[in-house]
Amino acid sequence: MTEKSAEWPSDIFTVLREREISQICHVPDAGHDRLIRLCTAQNDMSVITLTTEEEGVGILAGAWLGGRRGALLMQSSGVGNTINALALPAACRMPFFTIVTMRGEWGEGNPWQLPMGQGAPGALEAMGVTLYRVERAEDVTDTVSAAAAQAFNNQCSTAVLLSQRLIGAKGFK
Amino acid sequence: MQRREVVSALLAPRQDNLLTVGGLGSSSWDIAATADNPQDFCLVGGMGLTVSVGLGLAGARPQNRVLVITGDGDMLMGMGSLATVAQIQPRNLAIVVLDNEMFGETGGQPTHTAGVTDLAAIAKGAGIPTTGTIRDAAALQDTLPHIHESDGPVFYVAKVSAEMPPTVYPPLDGPFAKDRFRAAVLGDGAV
Ligand SMILES: Cc1ncc(C[n+]2csc(CCOP(=O)(O)OP(=O)(O)O)c2C)c(N)n1
Repeated sequence: MTEKSAEWPSDIFTVLREREISQICHVPDAGHDRLIRLCTAQNDMSVITLTTEEEGVGILAGAWLGGRRGALLMQSSGVGNTINALALPAACRMPFFTIVTMRGEWGEGNPWQLPMGQGAPGALEAMGVTLYRVERAEDVTDTVSAAAAQAFNNQCSTAVLLSQRLIGAKGFK
Repeated sequence: MQRREVVSALLAPRQDNLLTVGGLGSSSWDIAATADNPQDFCLVGGMGLTVSVGLGLAGARPQNRVLVITGDGDMLMGMGSLATVAQIQPRNLAIVVLDNEMFGETGGQPTHTAGVTDLAAIAKGAGIPTTGTIRDAAALQDTLPHIHESDGPVFYVAKVSAEMPPTVYPPLDGPFAKDRFRAAVLGDGAV
Protein backbone atom coordinates (compact mmCIF):
# COMPACT_ATOMS: atom_id res chain seq x y z
CA MET A 1 0.00 0.00 0.00
CA THR A 2 2.79 2.49 0.81
CA GLU A 3 4.37 1.67 -2.54
CA LYS A 4 1.07 2.59 -4.18
CA SER A 5 0.97 6.23 -3.06
CA ALA A 6 2.39 6.20 -6.49
CA GLU A 7 2.05 7.75 -9.86
CA TRP A 8 -1.42 6.84 -11.06
CA PRO A 9 -3.22 9.96 -9.78
CA SER A 10 -0.77 12.13 -11.70
CA ASP A 11 -1.20 9.84 -14.70
CA ILE A 12 -4.92 10.62 -14.60
CA PHE A 13 -4.14 14.30 -14.27
CA THR A 14 -1.96 14.13 -17.40
CA VAL A 15 -4.79 12.49 -19.34
CA LEU A 16 -7.25 15.18 -18.18
CA ARG A 17 -4.87 17.82 -19.52
CA GLU A 18 -4.33 16.00 -22.81
CA ARG A 19 -8.06 15.62 -23.31
CA GLU A 20 -8.66 19.31 -22.53
CA ILE A 21 -10.87 18.53 -19.57
CA SER A 22 -10.99 21.65 -17.44
CA GLN A 23 -14.22 21.52 -15.38
CA ILE A 24 -13.78 19.15 -12.44
CA CYS A 25 -16.66 18.38 -10.08
CA HIS A 26 -16.37 16.16 -7.05
CA VAL A 27 -17.64 14.98 -3.74
CA PRO A 28 -14.29 14.00 -2.29
CA ASP A 29 -13.14 10.45 -1.78
CA ALA A 30 -9.81 9.60 -0.20
CA GLY A 31 -8.88 7.78 -3.41
CA HIS A 32 -9.32 10.99 -5.41
CA ASP A 33 -7.55 13.25 -2.92
CA ARG A 34 -4.28 13.54 -4.79
CA LEU A 35 -5.95 14.12 -8.17
CA ILE A 36 -8.22 16.80 -6.68
CA ARG A 37 -5.16 18.58 -5.29
CA LEU A 38 -3.38 18.45 -8.64
CA CYS A 39 -6.42 19.89 -10.42
CA THR A 40 -6.95 22.58 -7.78
CA ALA A 41 -3.36 23.74 -8.21
CA GLN A 42 -3.88 24.17 -11.95
CA ASN A 43 -4.99 27.74 -12.74
CA ASP A 44 -6.91 26.99 -15.90
CA MET A 45 -8.96 24.22 -14.31
CA SER A 46 -12.12 24.92 -12.34
CA VAL A 47 -12.69 22.57 -9.41
CA ILE A 48 -16.16 22.58 -7.88
CA THR A 49 -16.96 20.79 -4.63
CA LEU A 50 -20.54 19.51 -4.72
CA THR A 51 -23.11 18.93 -2.00
CA THR A 52 -24.30 15.83 -3.85
CA GLU A 53 -23.00 14.04 -6.94
CA GLU A 54 -26.08 14.71 -9.06
CA GLU A 55 -25.18 18.39 -9.12
CA GLY A 56 -22.03 17.38 -11.00
CA VAL A 57 -24.05 15.79 -13.81
CA GLY A 58 -25.94 19.08 -14.23
CA ILE A 59 -22.82 21.25 -14.06
CA LEU A 60 -21.01 19.14 -16.65
CA ALA A 61 -24.02 19.31 -18.98
CA GLY A 62 -24.07 23.10 -18.62
CA ALA A 63 -20.33 23.28 -19.19
CA TRP A 64 -20.68 21.20 -22.36
CA LEU A 65 -23.50 23.45 -23.60
CA GLY A 66 -20.98 26.27 -23.26
CA GLY A 67 -18.20 24.39 -25.03
CA ARG A 68 -16.22 23.14 -22.05
CA ARG A 69 -15.23 19.57 -21.20
CA GLY A 70 -15.44 18.25 -17.67
CA ALA A 71 -15.24 15.20 -15.45
CA LEU A 72 -17.04 14.09 -12.29
CA LEU A 73 -14.87 12.48 -9.61
CA MET A 74 -16.80 10.41 -7.10
CA GLN A 75 -16.85 7.36 -4.89
CA SER A 76 -18.99 4.36 -5.83
CA SER A 77 -21.58 5.33 -3.20
CA GLY A 78 -22.01 8.62 -5.07
CA VAL A 79 -23.10 6.75 -8.18
CA GLY A 80 -26.39 6.10 -6.44
CA ASN A 81 -26.94 9.84 -6.07
CA THR A 82 -26.59 10.46 -9.81
CA ILE A 83 -29.06 7.98 -11.29
CA ASN A 84 -31.95 10.18 -12.43
CA ALA A 85 -29.56 12.99 -13.32
CA LEU A 86 -27.87 10.68 -15.85
CA ALA A 87 -31.05 10.97 -17.94
CA LEU A 88 -29.90 14.47 -18.91
CA PRO A 89 -26.76 13.51 -20.88
CA ALA A 90 -28.51 10.37 -22.14
CA ALA A 91 -31.62 12.16 -23.40
CA CYS A 92 -29.58 14.97 -24.97
CA ARG A 93 -26.74 12.80 -26.26
CA MET A 94 -24.17 14.91 -24.46
CA PRO A 95 -20.80 13.57 -23.32
CA PHE A 96 -20.61 12.58 -19.67
CA PHE A 97 -17.33 11.37 -18.19
CA THR A 98 -16.79 10.18 -14.63
CA ILE A 99 -13.99 8.53 -12.68
CA VAL A 100 -15.28 6.41 -9.82
CA THR A 101 -13.20 5.14 -6.92
CA MET A 102 -14.67 1.75 -6.01
CA ARG A 103 -15.54 0.67 -2.49
CA GLY A 104 -17.32 -2.39 -1.24
CA GLU A 105 -14.95 -4.87 -2.92
CA TRP A 106 -11.40 -6.28 -2.58
CA GLY A 107 -10.99 -6.50 1.16
CA GLU A 108 -13.47 -3.77 2.11
CA GLY A 109 -13.70 -3.27 5.86
CA ASN A 110 -16.90 -1.23 6.07
CA PRO A 111 -20.07 -3.28 5.56
CA TRP A 112 -22.08 -0.11 4.76
CA GLN A 113 -20.06 0.30 1.55
CA LEU A 114 -21.03 -3.08 0.12
CA PRO A 115 -24.56 -2.48 -1.21
CA MET A 116 -23.85 0.61 -3.30
CA GLY A 117 -20.29 -0.41 -4.17
CA GLN A 118 -21.51 -3.69 -5.61
CA GLY A 119 -24.58 -2.03 -7.14
CA ALA A 120 -22.71 0.85 -8.76
CA PRO A 121 -21.71 -0.88 -12.04
CA GLY A 122 -25.25 -2.15 -12.60
CA ALA A 123 -26.76 1.24 -11.80
CA LEU A 124 -24.47 2.98 -14.27
CA GLU A 125 -25.12 0.42 -16.97
CA ALA A 126 -28.85 0.68 -16.42
CA MET A 127 -28.55 4.39 -17.27
CA GLY A 128 -26.59 3.71 -20.44
CA VAL A 129 -23.10 4.44 -19.15
CA THR A 130 -20.28 2.36 -20.67
CA LEU A 131 -17.87 1.02 -18.05
CA TYR A 132 -14.09 0.84 -18.16
CA ARG A 133 -12.50 -0.92 -15.21
CA VAL A 134 -8.91 -0.51 -13.99
CA GLU A 135 -7.23 -3.05 -11.70
CA ARG A 136 -3.55 -2.20 -12.15
CA ALA A 137 -1.62 1.06 -12.09
CA GLU A 138 0.03 0.39 -15.45
CA ASP A 139 -3.37 0.39 -17.16
CA VAL A 140 -4.55 3.73 -15.76
CA THR A 141 -3.33 6.05 -18.51
CA ASP A 142 -4.61 4.03 -21.46
CA THR A 143 -7.94 3.24 -19.86
CA VAL A 144 -8.75 6.76 -18.68
CA SER A 145 -7.69 8.14 -22.03
CA ALA A 146 -9.82 5.66 -23.98
CA ALA A 147 -12.87 6.27 -21.79
CA ALA A 148 -12.56 10.05 -22.16
CA ALA A 149 -12.08 9.77 -25.91
CA GLN A 150 -15.16 7.60 -26.23
CA ALA A 151 -17.32 10.04 -24.24
CA PHE A 152 -16.25 13.21 -26.03
CA ASN A 153 -15.87 11.79 -29.55
CA ASN A 154 -19.22 10.01 -29.53
CA GLN A 155 -21.18 12.26 -27.16
CA CYS A 156 -22.03 9.42 -24.83
CA SER A 157 -21.54 8.54 -21.16
CA THR A 158 -18.51 6.61 -19.90
CA ALA A 159 -17.21 5.76 -16.44
CA VAL A 160 -13.80 4.58 -15.33
CA LEU A 161 -14.08 2.37 -12.26
CA LEU A 162 -10.83 2.47 -10.29
CA SER A 163 -10.85 -0.79 -8.38
CA GLN A 164 -10.28 -0.89 -4.67
CA ARG A 165 -7.35 -3.18 -5.38
CA LEU A 166 -5.65 -0.30 -7.18
CA ILE A 167 -6.54 2.33 -4.59
CA GLY A 168 -5.86 0.16 -1.55
CA ALA A 169 -8.52 -1.41 0.64
CA LYS A 170 -9.65 0.62 3.62
CA GLY A 171 -9.45 -1.62 6.65
CA PHE A 172 -11.77 -0.84 9.53
CA LYS A 173 -10.36 -3.45 11.86
CA MET B 1 -48.35 37.98 -10.66
CA GLN B 2 -49.10 35.93 -13.78
CA ARG B 3 -46.19 33.60 -14.59
CA ARG B 4 -46.16 34.34 -18.34
CA GLU B 5 -46.09 38.10 -17.65
CA VAL B 6 -43.06 37.60 -15.42
CA VAL B 7 -41.24 35.54 -18.03
CA SER B 8 -42.01 37.99 -20.84
CA ALA B 9 -40.74 40.84 -18.67
CA LEU B 10 -37.52 38.82 -18.18
CA LEU B 11 -37.02 37.81 -21.82
CA ALA B 12 -38.61 40.49 -24.02
CA PRO B 13 -36.93 42.65 -25.12
CA ARG B 14 -34.12 40.14 -25.30
CA GLN B 15 -30.51 41.03 -24.63
CA ASP B 16 -28.19 39.48 -27.22
CA ASN B 17 -25.76 38.01 -24.74
CA LEU B 18 -28.43 36.35 -22.58
CA LEU B 19 -28.49 32.55 -22.28
CA THR B 20 -31.47 31.03 -20.49
CA VAL B 21 -31.83 27.66 -18.77
CA GLY B 22 -35.41 26.62 -18.03
CA GLY B 23 -36.53 24.13 -15.37
CA LEU B 24 -38.69 21.14 -16.22
CA GLY B 25 -42.39 21.67 -16.61
CA SER B 26 -44.14 24.99 -16.50
CA SER B 27 -41.03 27.19 -16.52
CA SER B 28 -39.84 25.63 -19.77
CA TRP B 29 -43.33 26.07 -21.27
CA ASP B 30 -43.30 29.75 -20.23
CA ILE B 31 -39.94 30.32 -21.94
CA ALA B 32 -41.13 28.54 -25.09
CA ALA B 33 -44.34 30.61 -25.05
CA THR B 34 -42.31 33.83 -24.98
CA ALA B 35 -40.17 32.96 -28.01
CA ASP B 36 -38.51 29.98 -29.68
CA ASN B 37 -35.00 31.27 -29.08
CA PRO B 38 -31.99 29.00 -29.75
CA GLN B 39 -30.17 30.65 -26.83
CA ASP B 40 -32.65 29.03 -24.45
CA PHE B 41 -32.03 25.51 -23.16
CA CYS B 42 -35.18 24.09 -21.62
CA LEU B 43 -35.03 21.00 -19.43
CA VAL B 44 -37.93 18.61 -19.76
CA GLY B 45 -36.59 16.22 -17.11
CA GLY B 46 -33.67 16.11 -14.72
CA MET B 47 -35.68 17.59 -11.88
CA GLY B 48 -33.46 19.45 -9.41
CA LEU B 49 -30.64 20.09 -11.91
CA THR B 50 -31.60 23.42 -13.46
CA VAL B 51 -29.42 25.64 -11.28
CA SER B 52 -26.50 23.24 -11.73
CA VAL B 53 -26.80 23.40 -15.52
CA GLY B 54 -26.82 27.19 -15.25
CA LEU B 55 -23.75 27.14 -13.02
CA GLY B 56 -21.76 24.97 -15.45
CA LEU B 57 -22.82 27.13 -18.38
CA ALA B 58 -21.94 30.36 -16.56
CA GLY B 59 -18.43 29.04 -15.91
CA ALA B 60 -17.92 28.02 -19.53
CA ARG B 61 -19.32 31.30 -20.92
CA PRO B 62 -18.10 34.21 -18.76
CA GLN B 63 -18.83 36.55 -21.68
CA ASN B 64 -22.57 35.75 -21.49
CA ARG B 65 -25.23 36.49 -18.89
CA VAL B 66 -26.89 33.24 -17.77
CA LEU B 67 -30.44 33.34 -16.43
CA VAL B 68 -31.99 30.28 -14.78
CA ILE B 69 -35.79 30.31 -14.68
CA THR B 70 -37.34 27.46 -12.74
CA GLY B 71 -40.12 26.36 -10.40
CA ASP B 72 -40.23 26.06 -6.64
CA GLY B 73 -40.51 22.26 -6.80
CA ASP B 74 -37.41 21.98 -8.96
CA MET B 75 -35.54 24.41 -6.72
CA LEU B 76 -36.47 22.52 -3.57
CA MET B 77 -35.08 19.31 -5.08
CA GLY B 78 -31.77 21.03 -5.86
CA MET B 79 -31.29 23.22 -2.79
CA GLY B 80 -27.71 22.08 -2.32
CA SER B 81 -26.86 23.64 -5.66
CA LEU B 82 -27.45 27.07 -4.09
CA ALA B 83 -24.63 26.42 -1.64
CA THR B 84 -22.43 25.37 -4.54
CA VAL B 85 -23.31 28.52 -6.51
CA ALA B 86 -22.41 30.54 -3.43
CA GLN B 87 -18.98 28.90 -3.21
CA ILE B 88 -18.22 29.73 -6.84
CA GLN B 89 -19.88 33.20 -6.88
CA PRO B 90 -20.30 33.37 -10.68
CA ARG B 91 -20.67 37.07 -11.54
CA ASN B 92 -22.75 36.31 -14.64
CA LEU B 93 -25.41 34.03 -13.10
CA ALA B 94 -28.96 35.05 -12.15
CA ILE B 95 -31.64 32.70 -10.83
CA VAL B 96 -35.38 33.44 -10.81
CA VAL B 97 -37.77 30.95 -9.19
CA LEU B 98 -41.37 31.19 -10.38
CA ASP B 99 -42.95 30.27 -7.07
CA ASN B 100 -46.56 29.13 -7.48
CA GLU B 101 -46.28 27.26 -4.16
CA MET B 102 -47.24 24.00 -5.85
CA PHE B 103 -46.06 21.14 -8.03
CA GLY B 104 -48.08 22.53 -10.92
CA GLU B 105 -47.15 20.00 -13.55
CA THR B 106 -48.26 17.03 -11.47
CA GLY B 107 -51.66 18.31 -10.39
CA GLY B 108 -51.00 21.29 -8.17
CA GLN B 109 -50.07 19.59 -4.92
CA PRO B 110 -48.70 22.20 -2.46
CA THR B 111 -44.92 22.47 -2.12
CA HIS B 112 -43.01 23.43 1.00
CA THR B 113 -43.16 27.11 0.00
CA ALA B 114 -46.95 26.97 0.49
CA GLY B 115 -46.09 26.24 4.10
CA VAL B 116 -43.27 27.92 5.96
CA THR B 117 -40.29 27.51 3.61
CA ASP B 118 -38.69 30.72 2.29
CA LEU B 119 -36.44 30.03 -0.71
CA ALA B 120 -34.94 33.53 -0.75
CA ALA B 121 -33.89 33.12 2.89
CA ILE B 122 -32.39 29.72 2.04
CA ALA B 123 -30.43 31.26 -0.84
CA LYS B 124 -29.20 34.02 1.46
CA GLY B 125 -28.20 31.47 4.08
CA ALA B 126 -26.45 29.44 1.41
CA GLY B 127 -24.24 32.46 0.85
CA ILE B 128 -25.73 34.16 -2.22
CA PRO B 129 -25.29 37.87 -1.50
CA THR B 130 -28.17 39.34 -3.54
CA THR B 131 -31.56 37.73 -2.90
CA GLY B 132 -35.16 38.85 -2.67
CA THR B 133 -38.84 38.03 -3.14
CA ILE B 134 -40.83 39.85 -5.83
CA ARG B 135 -44.56 40.12 -5.20
CA ASP B 136 -45.91 42.59 -7.77
CA ALA B 137 -45.25 44.09 -11.19
CA ALA B 138 -43.73 47.29 -9.81
CA ALA B 139 -41.20 45.34 -7.75
CA LEU B 140 -40.43 43.20 -10.81
CA GLN B 141 -39.65 46.32 -12.88
CA ASP B 142 -37.35 47.56 -10.12
CA THR B 143 -35.57 44.22 -9.95
CA LEU B 144 -35.01 43.65 -13.69
CA PRO B 145 -31.73 45.64 -13.80
CA HIS B 146 -30.34 43.49 -10.98
CA ILE B 147 -31.36 40.29 -12.75
CA HIS B 148 -29.78 41.37 -16.03
CA GLU B 149 -26.80 43.43 -14.94
CA SER B 150 -25.81 43.28 -11.27
CA ASP B 151 -22.77 41.31 -10.29
CA GLY B 152 -23.94 37.77 -9.65
CA PRO B 153 -24.87 35.49 -8.32
CA VAL B 154 -28.33 36.97 -7.80
CA PHE B 155 -31.37 34.99 -6.68
CA TYR B 156 -35.00 36.12 -6.74
CA VAL B 157 -38.25 34.38 -5.94
CA ALA B 158 -41.15 35.70 -8.05
CA LYS B 159 -44.46 34.86 -6.39
CA VAL B 160 -46.91 33.83 -9.13
CA SER B 161 -50.54 32.76 -9.10
CA ALA B 162 -51.64 29.16 -9.40
CA GLU B 163 -53.02 29.41 -12.93
CA MET B 164 -51.61 26.95 -15.50
CA PRO B 165 -51.47 28.57 -18.96
CA PRO B 166 -51.69 26.39 -22.09
CA THR B 167 -48.62 24.23 -22.62
CA VAL B 168 -46.19 25.45 -25.29
CA TYR B 169 -43.42 22.93 -25.88
CA PRO B 170 -39.78 23.80 -26.36
CA PRO B 171 -37.89 21.29 -28.56
CA LEU B 172 -38.47 17.94 -26.84
CA ASP B 173 -35.77 16.10 -28.77
CA GLY B 174 -32.69 16.49 -26.56
CA PRO B 175 -29.97 16.08 -29.21
CA PHE B 176 -31.66 18.68 -31.41
CA ALA B 177 -32.13 21.11 -28.51
CA LYS B 178 -28.52 20.69 -27.42
CA ASP B 179 -27.05 21.04 -30.93
CA ARG B 180 -29.19 24.06 -31.71
CA PHE B 181 -28.09 25.76 -28.48
CA ARG B 182 -24.41 24.98 -29.05
CA ALA B 183 -24.52 26.21 -32.64
CA ALA B 184 -26.15 29.46 -31.50
CA VAL B 185 -23.61 30.02 -28.74
CA LEU B 186 -20.42 28.49 -30.12
CA GLY B 187 -20.96 28.67 -33.88
CA ASP B 188 -21.82 26.06 -36.48
CA GLY B 189 -18.46 24.32 -36.00
CA ALA B 190 -19.61 23.14 -32.57
CA VAL B 191 -22.05 20.57 -33.95
C1 LIG C 1 -37.20 13.11 -9.91
C2 LIG C 1 -38.58 13.48 -10.29
N1 LIG C 1 -39.59 13.40 -9.39
C3 LIG C 1 -40.84 13.76 -9.75
C4 LIG C 1 -41.11 14.19 -11.02
C5 LIG C 1 -42.53 14.58 -11.42
N2 LIG C 1 -42.61 16.03 -11.62
C6 LIG C 1 -42.60 16.58 -12.85
S1 LIG C 1 -42.79 18.23 -12.82
C7 LIG C 1 -42.91 18.21 -11.14
C8 LIG C 1 -43.22 19.46 -10.36
C9 LIG C 1 -42.37 20.59 -10.63
O1 LIG C 1 -42.80 21.59 -9.76
P1 LIG C 1 -42.30 23.05 -9.93
O2 LIG C 1 -40.84 23.05 -10.17
O3 LIG C 1 -42.80 23.86 -8.80
O4 LIG C 1 -42.96 23.50 -11.31
P2 LIG C 1 -44.42 24.02 -11.66
O5 LIG C 1 -44.97 23.01 -12.61
O6 LIG C 1 -45.23 24.18 -10.43
O7 LIG C 1 -44.13 25.33 -12.29
C10 LIG C 1 -42.78 16.93 -10.63
C11 LIG C 1 -42.85 16.60 -9.20
C12 LIG C 1 -40.04 14.25 -11.92
N3 LIG C 1 -40.21 14.66 -13.18
N4 LIG C 1 -38.79 13.88 -11.54
